[in-house]
Amino acid sequence: MSKTFWAVLQQREGKLHRSSIEAIAAAQQLAEAHGGGRVDAILLGGDNTSELIGEVASYELGAIYAVRDSALDHYTPGAYLGVLVEAVKAGKPDFVVLPHTYQTVDFAPRLAQQTDAAYLPELIGLEQEGGELLYRRPILTGKLQARVRVKGEGTVVVTVQTGAFSADTAKAGSAAEAALPDAGAPTPDRELLGVEQVGGDQVDLSKADVIVAVGRGIGKPENLPPIEELAKVLGADLGASRPVIDNGWLPRDRQIGSSGQTVAPKLYLALGVSGAIQHLVGMKGATCVVSINKDASAPIFNVSSYGIVGDLLEVVPALTEAVRAAKV
Amino acid sequence: MKIAVCIKQVPDTEARLRVAKDGRWLDEDDLKYRTNESDEHAIEEALQIAAATGGEVIVITLGPDRAKESLRKALALDAARAVHLVDESFQDGDAAATARALAAVIEQEGVDLVLTGSQTDDVGYGATASMLAGRLGWPHAWLVMGLEVEEGGSTAKVTREMESGMNEIFRLQLPAVIEVQAGINHPRYPTLRGIMKAKRKPMATPTPADLGLDASEVGLAGSRLEIVDVAFPDTGAGAQLIEGDAAAAAAALVEKLQKEARVL
Ligand SMILES: Cc1cc2nc3c(=O)[nH]c(=O)nc-3n(C[C@H](O)[C@H](O)[C@H](O)COP(=O)(O)OP(=O)(O)OC[C@H]3O[C@@H](n4cnc5c(N)ncnc54)[C@H](O)[C@@H]3O)c2cc1C
Ligand SMILES: Nc1ncnc2c1ncn2[C@@H]1O[C@H](COP(=O)(O)O)[C@@H](O)[C@H]1O
Repeated sequence: MSKTFWAVLQQREGKLHRSSIEAIAAAQQLAEAHGGGRVDAILLGGDNTSELIGEVASYELGAIYAVRDSALDHYTPGAYLGVLVEAVKAGKPDFVVLPHTYQTVDFAPRLAQQTDAAYLPELIGLEQEGGELLYRRPILTGKLQARVRVKGEGTVVVTVQTGAFSADTAKAGSAAEAALPDAGAPTPDRELLGVEQVGGDQVDLSKADVIVAVGRGIGKPENLPPIEELAKVLGADLGASRPVIDNGWLPRDRQIGSSGQTVAPKLYLALGVSGAIQHLVGMKGATCVVSINKDASAPIFNVSSYGIVGDLLEVVPALTEAVRAAKV
Repeated sequence: MKIAVCIKQVPDTEARLRVAKDGRWLDEDDLKYRTNESDEHAIEEALQIAAATGGEVIVITLGPDRAKESLRKALALDAARAVHLVDESFQDGDAAATARALAAVIEQEGVDLVLTGSQTDDVGYGATASMLAGRLGWPHAWLVMGLEVEEGGSTAKVTREMESGMNEIFRLQLPAVIEVQAGINHPRYPTLRGIMKAKRKPMATPTPADLGLDASEVGLAGSRLEIVDVAFPDTGAGAQLIEGDAAAAAAALVEKLQKEARVL
């Protein structure tokens, strides 16, 4: 029997999240890896989502199942699960594919648990080996990757890591809106009180030309002064990975990454940063990345133009001197 | 309030990681372990709420024998009791299987609030706690950066992290599973007195049968996900590595940034 793949799109306040198209691409590639099948899209939201259908109508999809209800105006896990759990139980899709975003991952595990589905988070690749399909996902905050197998029968709920399945690879076609069969009733379980900007917006790193970013590898805040001096001679702004902020070594408005700022400097100097995906999504727009890390296998080197494998505490003062010597 | 905190002991990734000979997991020989980072923040949050509302904190872990070190550390921080799911049949489960076991403990304990981390630094499913909430039929929230228990414990005001530096604030009904994110608070350190007292605090080790579970429902047997092998990521094109001692490497790098990349 032909298999069914549901790509659950993400929208917020009537705007389609760009990773929604990546979910469609991933669902199509999963279908291909399973010898073909039908790929549908699902879009939940309020009345302001009707125009979003047009944004996905040009992809190769069976149908775009839309559920519009004022109880879905704002995301809550209860509202989304209310609709989707019933639909998945009745429709028994082979795969439900969702983008790995903070909104979606808030409810995706429960969707799997409440429908007795397998849950496969953060998919980054598919591999055929010995007639078996293996799934690749990051482990140890991206320092390593695991290949996993899915055992047993029944639906698999998959979330796909941002950037792993490019939106450009989504196959074009045409699709029309339809009602989601057996959709359940949305039951909001949060009383929304508001949104806020984290740490205010005292420092805007998005326009910085040069950024010196520090990671947990600086060891302790006492090691910051020589790094600040390097930043000064480079005319750079200081940024940081999340643990540096969580430890209180620098204020929250210096954080770069998925839960911090997004930057695109000409030069990004990463000191003692390992290169977890949540950090990389915040700085992938940098033109030239230079990394100094004592661990040659740190994933940050994979996205760097230049690297020095060594102790940043030794290299930083030397670098400050070298910049001073080279500059007029 | 009676609060349960679910914690996991994970490899300390500051240590050098090596893949085991059989390729299935890390070489555990010279691995160091620690309590998962966001779970440490969950313990701190629980201790603060328990101090404010009066009540006890129970810490629960599912893991091998070595994981009792993480429980001991939490007990030294003032948690009252610990539950260790150490039985062989509990181990190596996916998020669903682990959640099934944790839910059984929490149902037996009858607690008012469950605090957890948001994601483990080893397998990183970001799912176990939400599935636990699903099993209990309670509301939950992932990536919590602010928590305020209100009105004598019937509701909570929650600040949750969204993407690109935004937070969402909402109220939900208790009991709930609150999955805190690293950075929500500053975890305290154990005192000598706390460490001494911890040695006498109770640590239960129920089996699946004690929790009304069949061994086939938990651990690897109860899982649909199985790790086949692990490896370091492909380096892709990789960086141009600059060799030499610190001074030589620094000078060579500056020259390349000026002449080759033209960014200085
Ligand atoms: C939901 C969620 C959201 C997140 N959001 C963000 C985010 O917005 N931004 C972010 O950055 N992270 C974020 N993270 C955390 C992320 O997963 C990683 O844990 C984090 O980026 C790692 O920071 P790090 O590289 O500084 O630390 P580590 O991973 O601990 O790396 C430290 C590095 O320093 C190197 N090092 C140590 N000592 C030295 C030395 N003396 N000289 C040179 N190198 C040295 C080590 O080899 C290592 O590579 C998030 C995580 C989650 C779960
Ligand atoms: N083996 C375990 N024992 C106790 N709690 C766990 C265990 N695994 C996961 N958790 C909890 O669930 C959270 C999310 O874990 P994970 O789904 O692995 O990312 C963790 O931060 C812990 O609070």
